Amino acid sequence: MKVLAAVSGGVDSAVAASRMVAAGHDVTAVHLALSSNPQTFRSGARGCCSLEDSRDARRVADVLAIPYYVWDLAERFKEDVVDDFLAEYAAGRTPNPCLRCNEQIKFSAVLDRALALGFDAVCTGHYARIQRSGGKSILMRALDEDKDQSYVLAVLRQEQLQHALFPLGDSLKSDIREEARTLGLLVADKPDSHDICFIPDGDTRNFLKRHLGEHQGDIVDTDGVVLGHHEGSFGYTVGQRKGLGLMEAAPDRAPRYVLSIEPVSNTVTVGPRDQLGITGITGEPVNWCGGASESPFSCRVQVRAHGEAVPAIAAVVGDVVELKLETPQLGVAPGQAAVMYDGERVVGSVTIGNTSKARER
Amino acid sequence: MAYLDHAATTPILPEAVAASTAQLGLVGNPSSLHADGRRARRVVEEARETLAAAFGARPSEVVFTSSGTEANNLALKGLYWARRAADPRRRRIVASAVEHHAVIDPIQWLVDSEGAEVTWLPVDEVGRVSPDTLRRELARESESIAVVSIMWANNEVGTVQPIHQLVQVAHEYAIPIHTDAVQAAGHLSVNFDEMGADAVSLSGHKFGGPLGVGALLLTRSCSPVPLIHGGGQERDVRSGTLDTPSIAGIAAAAHIAQATRASEASRIAALRDELLVRLLECVPEAIVNGDTRLEIQHRLPGNAHVSFPGCEGDSLLMLLDARGISCSTGSACSAGVAQPSHVLLAMGADPDIARSSLRFSLGHSSTRSDVDALIGEIGPVIERARAAGAAARAGR
Repeated sequence: MKVLAAVSGGVDSAVAASRMVAAGHDVTAVHLALSSNPQTFRSGARGCCSLEDSRDARRVADVLAIPYYVWDLAERFKEDVVDDFLAEYAAGRTPNPCLRCNEQIKFSAVLDRALALGFDAVCTGHYARIQRSGGKSILMRALDEDKDQSYVLAVLRQEQLQHALFPLGDSLKSDIREEARTLGLLVADKPDSHDICFIPDGDTRNFLKRHLGEHQGDIVDTDGVVLGHHEGSFGYTVGQRKGLGLMEAAPDRAPRYVLSIEPVSNTVTVGPRDQLGITGITGEPVNWCGGASESPFSCRVQVRAHGEAVPAIAAVVGDVVELKLETPQLGVAPGQAAVMYDGERVVGSVTIGNTSKARER
Repeated sequence: MAYLDHAATTPILPEAVAASTAQLGLVGNPSSLHADGRRARRVVEEARETLAAAFGARPSEVVFTSSGTEANNLALKGLYWARRAADPRRRRIVASAVEHHAVIDPIQWLVDSEGAEVTWLPVDEVGRVSPDTLRRELARESESIAVVSIMWANNEVGTVQPIHQLVQVAHEYAIPIHTDAVQAAGHLSVNFDEMGADAVSLSGHKFGGPLGVGALLLTRSCSPVPLIHGGGQERDVRSGTLDTPSIAGIAAAAHIAQATRASEASRIAALRDELLVRLLECVPEAIVNGDTRLEIQHRLPGNAHVSFPGCEGDSLLMLLDARGISCSTGSACSAGVAQPSHVLLAMGADPDIARSSLRFSLGHSSTRSDVDALIGEIGPVIERARAAGAAARAGR
């Protein structure tokens, strides 16, 4: 097979590419230049290039003796991921940019171009498995539960999964580092990246303030009593407890959590933890990774990248999915994905629109 | 396999290999006073004489550097600083809009950090600066101008500037002029004395010498402020222990390149012409960029720069590379991201057309089989790249 291996300069994508080479495929490495952040990238007349990561990626390709190129997708990335990220926050939601990048960049812009150029598949260092049976490609959780990334891949449609290769799905992260060391890859000990790649200092609130401006507003309790002020409701996420900057503690001395964000009135509502629990989620649009399921059906739902999947009943109404959770969940933020699982298998994914409180049932 | 990227670097000539390797095992710092030092110094000075003779300069006008880029930096920063020190009004730099980054970036640095101003001279649709354009610019507050820099021949589209006339214009206003002759040397007749520029940059590996050595030809009245301070080797303008093996190599290459220049230029030009004719037969919608008058006074003999509408240059490069054909998309930054060329944009090209171009450059080792290899592969490559381009547009 002719395989295009996306190499980020990190250890996972390096070992993924090496496994494709070892499996006898004709592999070409491509590093995606995505960001134009001046702190990590050279910007200016010649655009942007992640110098250190691209150098690491190039060295990986050298060691694997495969061709290496850089594809500049900064413009697409800005439009489809960064601008979307800002617009979602501005609308009071909490987006997941990695998910958007997989959907719009890695398995769309890159995959489309790769297929047109004569490649059969795109390989990445994601931790997830794809089971191929009966002409279908079924997305499954990774063997390494701690590293599982099926949540951010659940946006992929069947035709994208058909051409996706995740060679690390059956491995433990610790083994990957060891394998990289054995192969002589210099990135073996490179630390994992945790931050959003276009916010390298990790200060999302400051990034949003820089791009969306300051918009002073109130932080109120559920009765509308003003408890404090903020510089932009977009700086908050449902379920957030830290950094609220309230003027005084609640009468019961218990911590307060963000319950909801109202972008039009620029109001952040906070309340005690017991008001945070929700049991109802509606979301759209729905992506069925391998075809729609018969409605209603029971499944387990995961509502954030590193969350637990909890039992739920899903009902499908047109393009909308209504999820009833068995037990109340805390901090479910509109804009995040609700991914439905059947055991290890990913059934589908929706973007969380509305949530309903446990007590409202 | 076909190597069609001689403008990036051309294979080292066997004579240069012999001259360099003969020096590699020998001891002697050319600045030392003993016999070993004198032996090395003799090699350096003979090389200086050989290189000077090849390019019509006096030996004392040759300043060895580590690269063409260093030569450009020394000329631009050094002359700017020297001229500004002599008269603080002289802060303006006049250069063409189609310079190599090794000229653009030092100038931009002077603007950003040293209070310089720059005027980028416009070019016509083939990338040429007209002497009248330069004259008009120099007539405007000429006392404020520190230095003029216009390349001899363009690295991307191969356009040869009317450099003799441009030098004359600069001298009418008594302003020093530098020319980046990195692409011209070895292919065009480069005669320092006859053309009269104040400073000329050369790079060894572009005419069959080793990598890592270049030279700045510099009239004796020209005293740029040094970039590199130290032992004062090279006229106190450039310090650093002289690199005897590389200097021996660049001189040997300069000698051969000069001796074979006329016959090689016409052989290579004929091959390039054939490449273009056959390419246009295969891909009739392809657009030849730069001067379509292919004679050597207009265009570098080895240069073919072509746009393939609907394709992306980096797709084409990748597909050709996979078929053993090496070429270039023009300019790339250090991480390897291809951007639409500032040269083509300055010539008025559409950005999409600029992004769809490839540079094929021929040199001393090129043969018809290289052209055959390209022509044999280009058809299906264009088809694939066009499909990828269409996919990218559909995805928007």
